[in-house]
Amino acid sequence: MKIEGTALCMGPDIDTDIIIAGRYLRTRDRREWVKHAFEDMDPSLAPRLEGKMIIAGKNFGCGSSREQAAIALKESGVKGVIAPSFARIFYRNAINIGLPVVECDCTCRSGEPVTADLVEGIVTIGERSYRIRPLSPRMLDILSAGGLVEHWRSRR
Amino acid sequence: MNTLSESILGARAGSYVDCRVDRAYVHDGTGVLTLEAWKSMKAETIARPDRVYVLFDHIVPANNSVTAGLQHDLRSFAREKGLNFTDVGTGICHQLMGEGIALPGEIIVGADSHTCTLGAFGAFATGVGATDMAAIWAEGGTWFRVPETIGVNLSGSLSGQAEAKDLALTYVGRLTMDGATYMALEFVGDGVAALSIDSRMTLSNLAVETGAKAGLFYSDDVTRRYLREYGHNIGVQRPAECSYHRELNIDLEDVVPVVAIPPRVDTIKPVADLEGMPLDQVFVGTCTNGRFEDLARFAGIVRGRKVKVRTLIAPSSQKVLTRATESGILHELLKAGCTILPPGCGPCLGAHQGVLGEGEVCLSTANRNFRNRMGVGGEIYLASVATAAASALTGALESPEEAVR
Ligand code: SF4
Repeated sequence: MKIEGTALCMGPDIDTDIIIAGRYLRTRDRREWVKHAFEDMDPSLAPRLEGKMIIAGKNFGCGSSREQAAIALKESGVKGVIAPSFARIFYRNAINIGLPVVECDCTCRSGEPVTADLVEGIVTIGERSYRIRPLSPRMLDILSAGGLVEHWRSRR
Repeated sequence: MNTLSESILGARAGSYVDCRVDRAYVHDGTGVLTLEAWKSMKAETIARPDRVYVLFDHIVPANNSVTAGLQHDLRSFAREKGLNFTDVGTGICHQLMGEGIALPGEIIVGADSHTCTLGAFGAFATGVGATDMAAIWAEGGTWFRVPETIGVNLSGSLSGQAEAKDLALTYVGRLTMDGATYMALEFVGDGVAALSIDSRMTLSNLAVETGAKAGLFYSDDVTRRYLREYGHNIGVQRPAECSYHRELNIDLEDVVPVVAIPPRVDTIKPVADLEGMPLDQVFVGTCTNGRFEDLARFAGIVRGRKVKVRTLIAPSSQKVLTRATESGILHELLKAGCTILPPGCGPCLGAHQGVLGEGEVCLSTANRNFRNRMGVGGEIYLASVATAAASALTGALESPEEAVR
């Protein structure tokens, strides 16, 4: 499984309140979350997320368990998130909704092309390559099905 | 020898296990998404409805008709499927699960990050997302990676006006916001025995602020006594010699009243350093500090005086509110000029009942002070109940050491 996108750099400890604020949660309309993603950090960011690979600092997705955070990113067209570490609930949520998350400590320059090969375990950013721990077969299955819901249905 | 997480999950740290879940709960927020995921799975049944809990606490009573509609659907579903259900005003999910439901040795998942609160009872309790929860509804179990454990060694006893919340903020400050990511915390040492269940719940509650998956206490005589009131006769869990990934030693004598400076929970300073900072709101409540012990402590400090800043108090459950009423504490809070909110999360997540305005500063007994959490442009300082009480009396950040004479 290979994912590709354009690098978008972010700092460490990006919490789920930053990704999608609590005030936008009470709706089933996923476009609401897309519209307001990262609003409190940079209100101009949401329309520019399509096709991006977020490369962030440590502890991405910390804070609340809100799955809307992972959903907002996926629905915005974000291809995946690369960070040295993730908060564990966000990490599980991302896999479960089919958003690739990659643990890797790498140098980010915005705008560079990024490729992550999740089976081989290699991330390439511009000219630089990094080895990563390949995801488990179960995680890859869930991701390639598009999430746990689809995975569950396909098994029945 | 095993850590408590290893004993409960039945495998060594680092291994992956498939486990049956003893109790699974959602609230009105995460429940909506869980129901949606469960429906798209076309699962049709709930594996163990008697083990599933739907507890309304986040935006209760509903703040607008969209919320009301979402809650209506989830409420009807819970009733139709025979799930355990509590409606608006009953209390915060973690608190309710801690009122005689969570038991030592159990595996408990909640669709909320502060599910770790129930580690106070010697249960392995951790938060999951909505899709994970939907699969648990359908299958009755899930997978875990057995966590490594950080041993938090507590020695001595709290002194002066320092309370469990100060201790909790202190360990979060020492471990930092990702110092325990993927791991469990285990609170051990001779300082544990003197901590009440209310205090232990406060300590377990903040485990997730260090990135931890769980924050556990071994059940002991204090746990036994507490659960006996709810008709349970439990055994005690004895800590064995085990190898911790890391140990953190805290002498409780050294703990002083502290605040967490926004926007990070791990930026901790003694209250004394910021004394006199003007406040716009004081908020006492949440799954961290809205229990009876907390209300009683607050009332003990403000008794016979008036608060000088708007002060909101949200009891964490109906049981807490009832006890506060019967013991006369509620009356004292009212006489001091506090506003009482219904049992639930109140303004903690910035959705209603005390949202902050641009530039406002709130002193809160909650667990998170992230940017804009309680309202756009508002700032949240986290502190203990005693600090909140002392500060409410002057309208500015105040150390409880001086207010209590
Ligand atoms: S009180 Fe606050 S932290 Fe606790 S469950 Fe409610 S919203 Fe979450």
